[in-house]
Amino acid sequence: MGDSAFTIEFGNTVDPALQARVEGLDRAIASARTMEGLNGLNGLVETVPTFRSLTLIYDPLETDRDRLLDAVLPLAGKADPVPPSAVRHWLLPACYDEGAAPDLVATTRTLKLDAGELASMHANTEYLVYMLGFLPGFAFMGDLPEALRLPRRSEPRTRVPAGSIAIAAGLTAVYPWESPGGWHLIGQCPVPLFDPMRSTPALLRAGDQVRFDPVGTAEHARLKAAIAAGEIDPESFCETRGAPP
Amino acid sequence: MSTGLKVVSQGAYASIQDMGRIGFRRFGVPWSGVLDRRLMRIANHLVGNEETAPVIECFDGGQQFAAANASLRLAIAGNAVIEVEDDAGRRQIASWRSFILVPGQSLRIARISPGRIGVLAVSGITVPAVMASASTYARAALGGLHGRALQAGDEVGASAATAGAGRMLAQTPVPAVGAIRVVAGPQRDHFDSSAWSTFTSSDYKISATADRMGVRLDGPPLGHLARYGHEIVSDATMPGSIQIPGNGLPVVLLADAQTAGGYPKIATVISADLARVAASPPGSTIRFTAVGAHEGERIARDEERLTRALLEAIRTARGEGFDLDALYSGNLIDGVVNALSPEQSR
Repeated sequence: MGDSAFTIEFGNTVDPALQARVEGLDRAIASARTMEGLNGLNGLVETVPTFRSLTLIYDPLETDRDRLLDAVLPLAGKADPVPPSAVRHWLLPACYDEGAAPDLVATTRTLKLDAGELASMHANTEYLVYMLGFLPGFAFMGDLPEALRLPRRSEPRTRVPAGSIAIAAGLTAVYPWESPGGWHLIGQCPVPLFDPMRSTPALLRAGDQVRFDPVGTAEHARLKAAIAAGEIDPESFCETRGAPP
Repeated sequence: MSTGLKVVSQGAYASIQDMGRIGFRRFGVPWSGVLDRRLMRIANHLVGNEETAPVIECFDGGQQFAAANASLRLAIAGNAVIEVEDDAGRRQIASWRSFILVPGQSLRIARISPGRIGVLAVSGITVPAVMASASTYARAALGGLHGRALQAGDEVGASAATAGAGRMLAQTPVPAVGAIRVVAGPQRDHFDSSAWSTFTSSDYKISATADRMGVRLDGPPLGHLARYGHEIVSDATMPGSIQIPGNGLPVVLLADAQTAGGYPKIATVISADLARVAASPPGSTIRFTAVGAHEGERIARDEERLTRALLEAIRTARGEGFDLDALYSGNLIDGVVNALSPEQSR
């Protein structure tokens, strides 16, 4: 991309196997960068893993595309997909009450489900965090059960409230910030997914596994207040911590 | 002594920026940062700051500032019409050189043209870093003052000006002309050769939807190849990415660009030319021309040499026409003085 980045593509679909390969190369590069001596990676500014590709951003005053490709392509050939032992499991509270879910009624109508079925199907699926992007801390998670899949809204909203749980196509997400958005809003999550004051500002990372825990309106409000007051650590919603990468 | 610069009016738009919040795109955090790093480096050099110190990036003009309770050393890089007003009257001062603003005076950026972006450096500016940067990214309330753009009533921390001569740029940067250079891809193959030739041979007009996140263009729409459609599985975007959404009209992403997107990207503006896109006012037209990635890298290195030459040629202003520091601190002038030296008055 231009004079200061290139993208290594592993495919062009949403597929956990692709995500694992992207993650594998990203970690191989990160570990090569920590090694002493010349690894050919000086001038690399940052890497951006997505569903299906890894973008390397570099400083053309310090290196160039050819030199970086020479250093990275051998790693791409031998990097293993990310091992399952490194995966963290989260259980995030989710309020699916109608007051927290502006699109619940319309969505249940489109999907021909009742609200309880929709909530329980959404909550009882384990999602993979494919990537972070779009907004700070915004995690693209999948895959939704077939019965919950529908295209994006034809008219995107100009204002999606922070904390909204949303679905579109095969994916689900929690909006960490108020923003425009075209996904269907089916609930609210009280856990802030991004806090610049934390040592790792984004709560979730690519490769994590996430399930949702249905809570009522009152419990949602209580959790939100307790987290804001510092009485509950958002990290406490992580059930298992794998080995650090 | 620590004091501050008061924001009397934020004008069209003004925000605190620096080199940007680098290293967090993987978490969805845009870089932000100044749209034109050369302007930041020049302005900071003129006031004696580190060249990557936070600056106040101003759009279009209308901004007004005052020294809180001590004199401040300031400089504006960019083609700004600057006025200083006090009891003695109003006078125009030049950009591309440092000056002292004393309490009781008001500094106004009347307009910025050509180029729409002016960068104000303040000697000894202090803005707390959030995730290693002071850059404002309002959508997630990061950086700047209170995580938002500047507003009337804000005060930006700074040091009182110390004695010493002002500094000026020996020669103002030569404005770049010609087409905006792009490198094809990463989804160039989603467009046929006729779309590519339209893209690289047509005038595109900067629309009214132009901000720090990106610029929407009006012009001939570019059709996506039917077998790909107009959406992709999201991959990384960066400042300079040119997305082609369903309506076929290019969107050039800038410093506040989102980190990933689902529209095909036909090409990427090279870093040397991106500030020109950001500085093009709505209604003006640009054209694109293709260069190879290696050529883009070479241009980046040439541009850096040019910037360094400009910075190395900064000299003290004493003995060069008006010594603004002396004039202002002595408050000797009234009325309008055109402090442009001959080489700057073109």
